Amino acid sequence: MRAFICTFLLLTGALAFGMDAEVAFDDPAQLERYNNLNQQLRCLKCRFESIADSPLPIAADLRRQVKELMIAGKSDEEILQFMTERYGEYVLYKPPLSSRTWLLWAAPVVLLVGGVVAAFVVIMRKSRLPDTDPADPGLGTS
Amino acid sequence: MWRYIVPIAVFATLVGFFYFGLDRDQQTLPSPLIGKPAPVFSLPTVEDPTKTVSNKEFVGKPYLLNVWGTWCPECRYEHEVLLEIQRRQDVVIIGFDWKDELDSAQRWLTQLGNPYTVTVFDSEGRAAIDWGVYGAPESFLVDAQGIIVEKHVGALTMQIWEDKFLPKLKEMRE
Repeated sequence: MRAFICTFLLLTGALAFGMDAEVAFDDPAQLERYNNLNQQLRCLKCRFESIADSPLPIAADLRRQVKELMIAGKSDEEILQFMTERYGEYVLYKPPLSSRTWLLWAAPVVLLVGGVVAAFVVIMRKSRLPDTDPADPGLGTS
Repeated sequence: MWRYIVPIAVFATLVGFFYFGLDRDQQTLPSPLIGKPAPVFSLPTVEDPTKTVSNKEFVGKPYLLNVWGTWCPECRYEHEVLLEIQRRQDVVIIGFDWKDELDSAQRWLTQLGNPYTVTVFDSEGRAAIDWGVYGAPESFLVDAQGIIVEKHVGALTMQIWEDKFLPKLKEMRE
């Protein structure tokens, strides 16, 4: 157990080491904006992490870029635009609604509506069935 | 009737998604830079860091920009291919040494051979961001007008070079 804890601490310590040594902004509002932007940008080398979470050097470079653009007075849209021009739409965790992405955006609603309809149909049908098996009182028994 | 059609349709849709998902190349992302002017950089060279070179100087003939680093294992594997491309004199190759140590880079070129006409040194990785670089090796083919016409992420092989890049070079010469 002790060995496990030691290993765990060593590994997480190494990860923490990979992140920026200093805080990007002293002002809490600025820092929040900075973190928020970083969380919207995908680390393309790691794919399943935002640049806020990734310890890779490329993520650190992109965080530095975000910081510099903020200091240069760019708006959030301008910063996301800057990244999209260079890395493509895939860099955004929230891709804009377009002819290629509508299915992605519609999928949750389609699945939810489909599920509700399917559940409704099944329940309606079951409740109309007479209970033929007294050992298993199903839906519709009161 | 529906009892059979619905599950089969759902199953077929899933199979379709998985099939195309498998078939897709997961590593390569489309670059928004293809068809756009190559971003201009002005960087010190690995050969002589007191001297800077800009890719503006190469406009007028096509070139291949190859992003590499001595920390990148795939680049070592790719190096042979670059040497072969240079031997064949298919195109001028510009090296882009990304987030590296100068002395390691110099040693790399002396020991493994130098396929590059010149190698620029981007130690901080700022110019690389303009090119949308996210992992070495990456290669960009730029035409004589300075437009990016092809990009490859990952190590080049002779196969990829001949299938993807050489036809574009031929097209340019026509």
